[in-house]
Parts: sequence; C-alpha cells; structure tokens
Amino acid sequence: MCTTCGCGGTGATLDGHAHPNAQEPARIGRRRVSLEQNLLAKNNALAALNRQLCAARGWFMLNLVSSPGSGKTTLLEQTIQRLKDDVWVAVIEGDQQTSQDADRIKAAGAPAVQINTGKGCHLDAHLVGHALEVLNPPDGAVVMIENVGNLVCPAAFDLGEDHKVVILSVTEGEDKPLKYPDMFAASDLMLLNKVDLLPHLRYDVSRCLAFARRVNPDIQILQVSAQNGDGLDAWIGWIEARRAALQKA
Amino acid sequence: MHELSILEGMIQGIQEEARTQGFHRVLQVRLEVGRLAGADVEALRFAFEAASQDTLAEGALLEIIELPGKGVCRTCGHEVEIEQRFDLCPACGVGFVSVTGGTELRIKDIDVEGEG
Repeated sequence: MCTTCGCGGTGATLDGHAHPNAQEPARIGRRRVSLEQNLLAKNNALAALNRQLCAARGWFMLNLVSSPGSGKTTLLEQTIQRLKDDVWVAVIEGDQQTSQDADRIKAAGAPAVQINTGKGCHLDAHLVGHALEVLNPPDGAVVMIENVGNLVCPAAFDLGEDHKVVILSVTEGEDKPLKYPDMFAASDLMLLNKVDLLPHLRYDVSRCLAFARRVNPDIQILQVSAQNGDGLDAWIGWIEARRAALQKA
Repeated sequence: MHELSILEGMIQGIQEEARTQGFHRVLQVRLEVGRLAGADVEALRFAFEAASQDTLAEGALLEIIELPGKGVCRTCGHEVEIEQRFDLCPACGVGFVSVTGGTELRIKDIDVEGEG
C-alpha cells in the first residue's frame, strides 16, 4: 500500500508514481507496550473510594443482587419498615428504565435515588459514588443498593459495599446457584425468598442450599418471605450484627 | 453482556496511553482471562469488535490467553485445577473447592505503531 495516500495493493501501476513498499508495508516503529492492568482496575479504584467514604461516615452499605422478579423491592419495603425506627435507611435503586421502584421505596418511608442504566446491565462504582453524593444520608445510616435484576453482570462490579446479598426466590430453579455461580460466589449472604409458596411447589430446598454451598462454602443462608414476614427477624438480626461488628472494628 | 462495558473502559484506557506514549494505532491486544473470571471469551471477542470500532484499535488482533481455574480442596487439602466453580475436588471426588486462582481479567500488553 502507498504510504503517501493509501492507494495501491491491487497491482495497478501508474508511470511516475512509485510504490516503494508495495510488497512490505512500512511499519513505523511497531513496539510492545506492557500494561499488566486489571480490566476492572478503574471500577475497583472508585469502589475503594466509595468504601472509604462509607467508613468515614459510618454508613453500612449492602448490594442486593438477584434475577428480575425475585422480590427485591418488596423485601426492601419490609426491611425499611422494620429498621426505620432505629436507624436511618437510604436506598439506591438501579433499573434500566423507570423510577417505579424508587417511588415504592419513598412511599415506604426511606429516601431513595433512582439510577437508570439505560442499556447498561449492572451498576458500577462510578454511578454509586454519585448516588451517594446525592443521597448524602446522616452518619451511621444503612444504605441499600438494589442492583439491576441480573444474576450475571453485577457479580463482576464491586460497588464499595460491605456485603453482597443475593436473593433467590423459590419460584426460580433449584439449580440457579450452579447456573450463575459467580454471583453466589461473590455474595456473603443468600436470602431464599417467597418460602410461603413452598406448599404449592415441587421445590427441594435442601438441594438448592447444597448447590449454593458447593459454589460458596462460606455463604450464609436465610429463608424468608417478604410477603408474610417469615424469617425477616433473622434478616434484620443479620444486618444489625454485621453493622455492629463494623462499628467495633 | 458486561464484557462490552469492560472493553469500552479498556479502549478508553488505551486512548489515554496513546496520548502519553505517543502511538496512533494498535495492532494487537493481549488479554489474560481466567476460566473463573465470569467473562466469556466469545463475548469478549464480540465486545472488542464493537468497542474498538472507529478507534485507534479498530482492526487490531485480539489475543486471549486463557488461564486455568485453581483451588484448594476443603476436604483433602489438595491443590487442584477446576473448570467451574462448582466442580467437586478431582483428587478426592467429594470435597468442595475454595478458589485460589483463575479469576484474572487483565490486559497484558499491546503492540502499537507510531512515533515514540
């Protein structure tokens, strides 16, 4: 190819117009640049900043992840009801579109900021950092992030949370932990939701729990129903214990 | 498809490198991807093509070096290689495995062209 204008290479010739490098294209200083960077380094750095900010303000931050329809928003409403007399609760809502979830959270009595990710399939540390600026709850608050309903992509993105909590409902398959292992491996707690429906389903709870522990032997598991309140005291107890441990540390 | 946003971020990083290191074209990108990194190799290839379009990396060769999943068996203590997070220990056949390696998702180096 002609290095002057890019023409040539087809065998056509023109008197007086030479293609000196027609056989071997000129390589202007090909060289190797070593980078050795984690592709998530930028997100991880911003997550570390979020974590520092949370530590400085005494905020306890949870990242709630699940597939769509697992009952995250209902669970959040019930959690706010039970916590709000003792502690300030604020919510960051992630959805591709609409502010319906943030509206439900506000109606339940907690300040909420909605992030619409548009085409994005997950929240990242950058978006959450700005959401924290907007929310700016008082020191010692509990901040709950409701991630985009998706059991794949949010697993890779640290938001600066204290814990990831994965919510799985019994109307989904027992083998979800095996199908989406990264999310269950990244989470410290699994809430098995909608257990009030178990009498109507053929669902082997022990099989599901065994699968979850196979992917993550350290995962803690609570069985809950956001609908009728079963198990929610244990969930609130888990939040209070983890929050207390953090304040002592 | 978080691979796309990850590779869009990578292209941004390369563009910043281009400014400081004075190159104008990327010929090859080498990634190291662990088997347990939660990123799909085919999705990464597709995402690279999309994210590099109309950038200095358009048309560059993408080489993906796959790294094995590694772990330690909680039952027998052997260090083992695993294909998936839920694999039982291939040494004893019953133990759960704690992952110790294979979650890498790194850009190793790039081959570039330009004064510098």
